[in-house]
Amino acid sequence: MNAITKDRSDTLAPFGTRLDGVTDPVRKAAIGALHRSGLPDRRVEEWRYTSLRFLTETPLAAPAEVYDAGQVQAQLENLGLNSGTLAELPRLVFVNGRYAEPFSVLPAEVEVSFFAKTQTFGALSAPDRDPLTALNAALASDGAQLHVSAGKNGGDVLLVSLGQTDTPVSFHPRHSVTLDEGAQLTLISIQAGQGRYLHNPVLEISVAAEANLKHVTLQTEGQDAACLATTYAQVAERGTYDSFVLGLGAALSRQEIHARLAAPFATVHVNGAQMLGGKQIGDVTSVITHAAPDCISRQTVRNVLDGHARGVFQGKVFVDRVAQKTDGYQMNQALLLSENAEIDAKPELEIYADDVKCSHGATVGALDDDQLFYLRSRGVPDAEARQILIHAFMDEALGLIEDETARTLCTQMLARSFPVAGESA
Amino acid sequence: MPAVTETREAVEKLGQSSYKWGFETDIDMDVAPKGLNEDTIRLISARKEEPEWLLEWRLAAYRAWLKTEEPKWAKVSYPPIDYQDLHYYAAPRKKPGPKSLEEVDPELLRTYEKLGIPLHEQAMLAGVELPEGETARPPVAVDAVFDSVSVVTTFRKTLEEAGVIFCPISEAVRDYPDLVRKYLGSVVPAGDNFYAALNSAVFTDGSFVFVPKGVRCPMELSTYFRINAKNTGQFERTLIVVEDGASVSYLEGCTAPMRDENQLHAAVVELVAMEDASIKYSTVQNWYPGDENGRGGIYNFVTKRGACRGARSKISWTQVETGSAITWKYPSCILQGEGSVGEFYSVAVTNNHQQADTGTKMIHIGRNTRSTIIAKTISAGHSDSTYRGLVRVLPKASGARNFTQCDSLLIGDQCGAHTVPYIENRNMGARIEHEATTSKISEDQLFYCRQRGLSEEDAVGLIVNGFCRDVLKELPMEFAVEAQKLLQISLEGSVG
Repeated sequence: MNAITKDRSDTLAPFGTRLDGVTDPVRKAAIGALHRSGLPDRRVEEWRYTSLRFLTETPLAAPAEVYDAGQVQAQLENLGLNSGTLAELPRLVFVNGRYAEPFSVLPAEVEVSFFAKTQTFGALSAPDRDPLTALNAALASDGAQLHVSAGKNGGDVLLVSLGQTDTPVSFHPRHSVTLDEGAQLTLISIQAGQGRYLHNPVLEISVAAEANLKHVTLQTEGQDAACLATTYAQVAERGTYDSFVLGLGAALSRQEIHARLAAPFATVHVNGAQMLGGKQIGDVTSVITHAAPDCISRQTVRNVLDGHARGVFQGKVFVDRVAQKTDGYQMNQALLLSENAEIDAKPELEIYADDVKCSHGATVGALDDDQLFYLRSRGVPDAEARQILIHAFMDEALGLIEDETARTLCTQMLARSFPVAGESA
Repeated sequence: MPAVTETREAVEKLGQSSYKWGFETDIDMDVAPKGLNEDTIRLISARKEEPEWLLEWRLAAYRAWLKTEEPKWAKVSYPPIDYQDLHYYAAPRKKPGPKSLEEVDPELLRTYEKLGIPLHEQAMLAGVELPEGETARPPVAVDAVFDSVSVVTTFRKTLEEAGVIFCPISEAVRDYPDLVRKYLGSVVPAGDNFYAALNSAVFTDGSFVFVPKGVRCPMELSTYFRINAKNTGQFERTLIVVEDGASVSYLEGCTAPMRDENQLHAAVVELVAMEDASIKYSTVQNWYPGDENGRGGIYNFVTKRGACRGARSKISWTQVETGSAITWKYPSCILQGEGSVGEFYSVAVTNNHQQADTGTKMIHIGRNTRSTIIAKTISAGHSDSTYRGLVRVLPKASGARNFTQCDSLLIGDQCGAHTVPYIENRNMGARIEHEATTSKISEDQLFYCRQRGLSEEDAVGLIVNGFCRDVLKELPMEFAVEAQKLLQISLEGSVG
């Protein structure tokens, strides 16, 4: 009764005619779902802390197919990807959502194909439930599809997405990673760019029995950009998906991870850290589903918020009736550095099995006065003492990244965004 | 353990059913026709001989209700409620003359006796000697609400001498209109949410408490709510105002008869605490939970909110929720006054097909405000139980402090226990800690008890009581005993 029904299609206005005239059945279904749901507003429970109004303000065109090679080169160098050990790593570079072959080096032990050619959507994503996945399905034009065959070690692979535009655009890459039985891979995703754009990637991950995927995402998008990324991961028996997301850039970002433990003794880690200032909004949302017994999930997410920044953490652990002996742990911590910063956290447990061990914790606070006093009393100036404590707080999170190359990269990018005072002296 | 023995006996006597308050009282009732519209509201208002301003307030609430949507975010599911298929007013037919205990329908008094409500204060007042071995309990003033109408309030004289007003809210509207007008809807506005708006439009009675400056209420105040008539909704409204430096402890108990169809209960409770005032509000909610197959039971959709308006004021909610088919209830504190304190202690037990979505909201507005949340959730049978809580710290609440602990216990593999905390902090000087665990009864503890000769059911009872101890110890003595018994009964049949 009293239902207020409203056509939500108007929220799709920024995409103009890009959603019209589609014939592909999967895309058509996604567009249908999108027209019914519209882009979510804050009345949708999953989006109560993150508003997409930022997106609806300007029309978002399809990006031009040509790009400025010099600028790409500069961007890669700026990210430090062309120097040191990183320069040696195979890489797949995408500019505005399209594969940029001249800057890419294919990995030896990994089969690579591209969405632009195969046009195959995976089965893990849920365009009918998640509007941003539907948006991706509707507009995806390219993406990397990685496959590591049984028992092989794919080594380290960089997946780089660069945005580069003068007018507002949106791009929707569709990536997938498939690890066969016993395979291994370390994937380092880098999201960066310049200009005003929406980067809306969907990544589908399938980890077979005894396979191991390490996945580190470094999000350092441009100041005017929005990055709304969704990852769907499925892990089979004794498989491991170890994920870490570091959020530093973008005006508006959301890293949404759906991880499903589909068979016994599987493990997932969904860790992350955010360091935000100015008016940035950074959202880390995860849904970890224990669909089989004897699985382990771990999650630690740390936020440092300065200026008018707002951090959002939504973490759901769902334990199915069959998932006995589940071991789940979730921790979210936030450090507020300014009077105007804000953190909104919603750690959630939904449990239907009785023989489980699940816990979560959340803490929010400012820098500890005692710790500050300790440093000050040893002659460390105030500003520097604060920086030391902040970096110590973040370092504990970054310590969860197992892969050394990825950890070094993240530490460097973090130090560059928020330098420790006096370190250069 | 006499309490347990008594409980056992009670349960055995009832055979299959473990709900011992499931009787119906046959009484002459005055019932309004089914359905809700402006005329129903006018009728209620006229029956209660209300002033014009209250009727207008009700009608405004009704119009607001028409524009609000039924909340869908809670983790509960039930068939749509037809709000036109309910009676919005049912009162025991009144005889003329002043209300005294003697004139109350004897059938009613017997009902309360069955409930074990100490209505017969006379004995105690007259100093009747107690049987040997029984010690005198401190008196408790009781306001009994039968369906929608307050039937009797005891100990009014003693309270009046202390300056405390404790009466049905309908009487307060007549006798203390300024007070009621000033505070009614000041904590839960008429259009606050779907159920609060509905309540504001059609509430029929409830309790009103006013404790003036500096007065410590000389005894515990208590209200017993009972739904009796068929197809009625119960919409009671409680308003408690405690002035500077005053304090009160208030208890609330609820029961209903067993019926196949679901009945609606949508109450509103408003608390106001001024400077240095303190309010302790305890609830033992034992509405009929429905049978083993989930048929019948009460829909308990309640809005409870307290405002700590003055500096150093304190509001403490304690609840033991064992009844109702569906519970939707979030007793909250708005911590406005500097250094004010909010507390929430809760035990929620669900069994069979019960569903509970309950928790609290702590809104920190003033500086150095503090809040504590301890929530214990126990799920058994096919039930679902959710803790849903909000801690919000606004920019001016520097030095705010919150500690939250939510523990869930699952008994059996067909039930669910969920924890959904919301933490919103906009002040860097605030400290918030939240922790939650979910587990089953530890095999070691069970083994330890069994080894010492306790039956499995007794062992579970003991462990559950231990699990809830942090909350039960916050309850006033009398309620604590009752609550422990209730826990035992509610979990009946869930083990073994």
